[in-house]
Amino acid sequence: MALLALIFLPFAAAVLLGVTRHASRSAHVGIAAGASGAGLAILLAQAPAALAGMVPTIQIGWIPALGLDLSLWLDPLALLFAGLILAIGLLVVVYAHGYLGKEEPSARFFSFLMLFQGAMLGIALSRNVLLMLVFWELTSLSSFLLIGFWRDRADARQGARMALTVTGGGGLALIAGLVLLGKVAGSYDLSTILARGALVQASPLYPVILLLVLGGAFTKSAQFPFHFWLPYAMAAPTPVSAYLHSATMVKAGVFLLARLWPVLAGTEWWFGIVTSVGLATMLFGAGVALYRYDLKAILAYSTISQLGLMVMLLGFGTAAAVTAAVFHILNHAAFKAALFMHAGVIDHETGTRDIRRLGGLAAVMPLTATLGVLAAAAMAGLPPTGGFISKEMMLEETTHALLGGQHLLVPVLATIAALLSAAYSLRYAVWLHAGKRRTGEVAHPHDPGAAMLGPPALLAALALALGLAPMTLAAPLVAAATAAVTGTREPALHLALWHGINPALLMSVGAVAAAIVLLFRYSATARIVAYLPAPDAKNLFDRGMEMSVAALRHASDWLHRASLQRYLFVLFAVALLLGLDAAVRFALPAGTAPTTVASPIAVIAWAGLIAATVAVVAVDRRRFLALLFLGVIGLVMALAFVHLSAPDLALTQIAVEVVTIVLMLLALHLLPHHPPRLSGAGRRVRDAALGLAGGGGMGWLAWAIMTRPMRDGISRFHWENSHAGGGGDNVVNVTLVDFRAFDTLGEIIVLGIAGLAIFALLEPAARGIAGRRLREWRSSELFSSERHPMMFVMAARLLLPLVLLVGFYLFLRGHNQPGGGFVAALVFSIAILLQYLASGFDWTDERRRIGEHQLIGLGVLIAAATGLGSLLFGAPFLSSSFGHFHLPVIGDVELATAMLFDLGVAFVVVGAVTMALAQLTHVAQRAARQPPEERA
Amino acid sequence: MSLEFLVASAIAVLVAGGIYLVLRARTFQVVLGLTLISYAINLFLFAIGRLVVDAPPLYAKVVTHHADPLPQALVLTAIVITFGMTALTVILSLRSFLEAGTDHVDGKPDASPDADAGARA
Repeated sequence: MALLALIFLPFAAAVLLGVTRHASRSAHVGIAAGASGAGLAILLAQAPAALAGMVPTIQIGWIPALGLDLSLWLDPLALLFAGLILAIGLLVVVYAHGYLGKEEPSARFFSFLMLFQGAMLGIALSRNVLLMLVFWELTSLSSFLLIGFWRDRADARQGARMALTVTGGGGLALIAGLVLLGKVAGSYDLSTILARGALVQASPLYPVILLLVLGGAFTKSAQFPFHFWLPYAMAAPTPVSAYLHSATMVKAGVFLLARLWPVLAGTEWWFGIVTSVGLATMLFGAGVALYRYDLKAILAYSTISQLGLMVMLLGFGTAAAVTAAVFHILNHAAFKAALFMHAGVIDHETGTRDIRRLGGLAAVMPLTATLGVLAAAAMAGLPPTGGFISKEMMLEETTHALLGGQHLLVPVLATIAALLSAAYSLRYAVWLHAGKRRTGEVAHPHDPGAAMLGPPALLAALALALGLAPMTLAAPLVAAATAAVTGTREPALHLALWHGINPALLMSVGAVAAAIVLLFRYSATARIVAYLPAPDAKNLFDRGMEMSVAALRHASDWLHRASLQRYLFVLFAVALLLGLDAAVRFALPAGTAPTTVASPIAVIAWAGLIAATVAVVAVDRRRFLALLFLGVIGLVMALAFVHLSAPDLALTQIAVEVVTIVLMLLALHLLPHHPPRLSGAGRRVRDAALGLAGGGGMGWLAWAIMTRPMRDGISRFHWENSHAGGGGDNVVNVTLVDFRAFDTLGEIIVLGIAGLAIFALLEPAARGIAGRRLREWRSSELFSSERHPMMFVMAARLLLPLVLLVGFYLFLRGHNQPGGGFVAALVFSIAILLQYLASGFDWTDERRRIGEHQLIGLGVLIAAATGLGSLLFGAPFLSSSFGHFHLPVIGDVELATAMLFDLGVAFVVVGAVTMALAQLTHVAQRAARQPPEERA
Repeated sequence: MSLEFLVASAIAVLVAGGIYLVLRARTFQVVLGLTLISYAINLFLFAIGRLVVDAPPLYAKVVTHHADPLPQALVLTAIVITFGMTALTVILSLRSFLEAGTDHVDGKPDASPDADAGARA
């Protein structure tokens, strides 16, 4: 429970800060500090148990199918990091109170800070690697928000973007690595994974896992060559730099290496990669830091170097080296956060961070100077600070490391790095505080208030105390954390300033002495360094980004050619390949069921269909002819349905055929009649080949199905319940309006939407460029001089009541005999359509009582209301009921609620069909009506 | 020849012609192709219920031999939806022609006789 509260507090504070953004600055600080302080109190209450080996744990199932649990623990390593996160977080909040300008949106700042704190605590406490990944990404995101806090500054935005790209990219690698690790280890639970080191290291996937995990860790911890984002992240407000980019977030990579140490460490791969990357980073960072002028840049490169040191120590793979790394994590957090705050104070008071414009500050800012010198001494590794002890331990461990078969390589390079570290630390301490007084923008700078001075002073004091009383302050935690990292018993620790004269001490003394010599020759070496090639990471990064954007754009242009033909070709080809794949795997031989002998008439009709299809393709650009043959195909289809026991389908097909052909005729009237051929011969052969392959496949599939015996599926149910349950004998109609009425409801809605879309497409066609084309349109056909031939008009008007009667008849008998709402509606539509064609749009439009829009809406409403009505009687949606009534003269009449539903269907179909045709008629007539003089 | 063969071969020919037409560069041909493919699909769906002659699915107690009603119901709605789809594509191609002044599927002008092949290179 305590662990949940621990994780939950910062997020709750972040939300609370967002809600109370108009409250005063002190309220915001109070919320943030309160959350951190309360978290720290909870942590301290749990600490004794954690250190005593009774690890507090909580596990709540989240997505068990993925192996993702909300699983937290507080082992000593988690305790160490959580302590750092909360304690430094609290100090940073206090410091930021003094640092932030009056006008700056403190709610947003502290809210982001709390978000980060929660994410970071999540990484430290996660006992499930997938959960850890979630928090890992969250730190990248919140870090992005914090670096880009000053949104109006371009460097802040660019720095934030770069940090997100690099750490986010590493995060992707880490996801892959940890998922693979979980697969190999058989669990995403950390305690299980940690116990299966041998299994993982024996796996052939081990190198892949290692490289991916290291990719995540090295980007987060700014290891060479991924270090370049950290200096640009210094565009963040200084409290953020102190918190994220020295004490916590950049240590997440180190934490990850420590966390997975029992699983991944100890192999040649691990030692080779981790040690050399750490060593290179340590050297490189220290060297660059020495020749920077911006205080924060010096500290940023120093952080890179110090992180390299920790990574290198973890790379050694020995328990003693882990001890040194853990102790150094503690030391570095103390002195580096103090130094960042110190740099912030100087920036705040003098208006500059350029070390060339600063000097002699000890006289004007004595308190600031004292804490700065103290923290810098710890960074230099001078006694009696804790930094001295951890550096001694580090140098001691390097003497045991054998890299590339060279005994001296690691110790010599490490000593050089120590030399450079001492040099930049001393330069920072001495040049700022001693010598000629230079005070930047401000004439008389002075020590800041307690809010800005207290936190760094406390941290600097801690850096000192860790050297003076290491056994009391740090030993229990360091020992327990080391044991948690290595997974073995606690080592017997002896942390002390004086170990007698040993190689490490000599290396250390030599390094500091050489550093002092180097500083006296600083300007000479600086001139040499200035000649060295210094590739600007930002330029390289920007160019890399530009190149990848260009490459992606190229790729997407290549893929996305905006060509329908290309897309459809790919679509059909892929469908064909999928079909072939299935055919190869399951083999689709023809079945053995008996076939039906075809009558001569059937063969003749078939021949007609084949001939018409070939003709449609062959005459494709003589369009009216193609339409004629299309009509033949539809007719044969309808005949086939009649022959094959599907009277309902035959009726529907015939009716649809009529409206489809009329629709196409109307459209063709406006479209070009004999356009030139576009495709070359090669393309036509290719398309024909694809068509033949696809057709052959479909035909064979149909053949294979039809020559197999029928299986008893759900059809039997429909047959047996049609009369008894649905009250109708036409099983097809009962299926449509009862058993599968929900399908039908969806279908009429789709049809209605299609009708409305047609209206939306044609209604505005009279305006703009389309309207102009329409007005300029000229028919190439010869027209009859009479626009509405009398015979046609009169016949159509006479037919209207008759056709309506037929429709009505089809509708009424639909439940028991072939017919029903669909067919009836199509017949109705044809009757109305005839009027539009014969008498013109305007004449018909004036006389209709109800518009297509209303018809569609009404139909959907009737159908849905019928369905809902059944709910009133406690039956499921769309249940139907029926009864038989005896009427005089007419006889027995059956009324079913399904008929009401069918009425809704009919309304929608009439609405949609007349909408399409009437609108098209309207456009066509508008074009044709232009008087000749106006056209000229 | 069996009825099954006639239906299967009709499906094959319709699909082949449909695919070829759908891949052409003029909108009207695409509409024709879609219509052919729709015929074929409807026939295919229908064929899954097997071919039964002269036994419509009209319920009567004594009837035991009848066509499968379920594919018929599915195909019936499919026919109507096909009309909706065809109407929409026809109107779409008409509007596209009015807007672009060409009935090329991608709205490209008819400048070169082999415009689409050129775009593919």
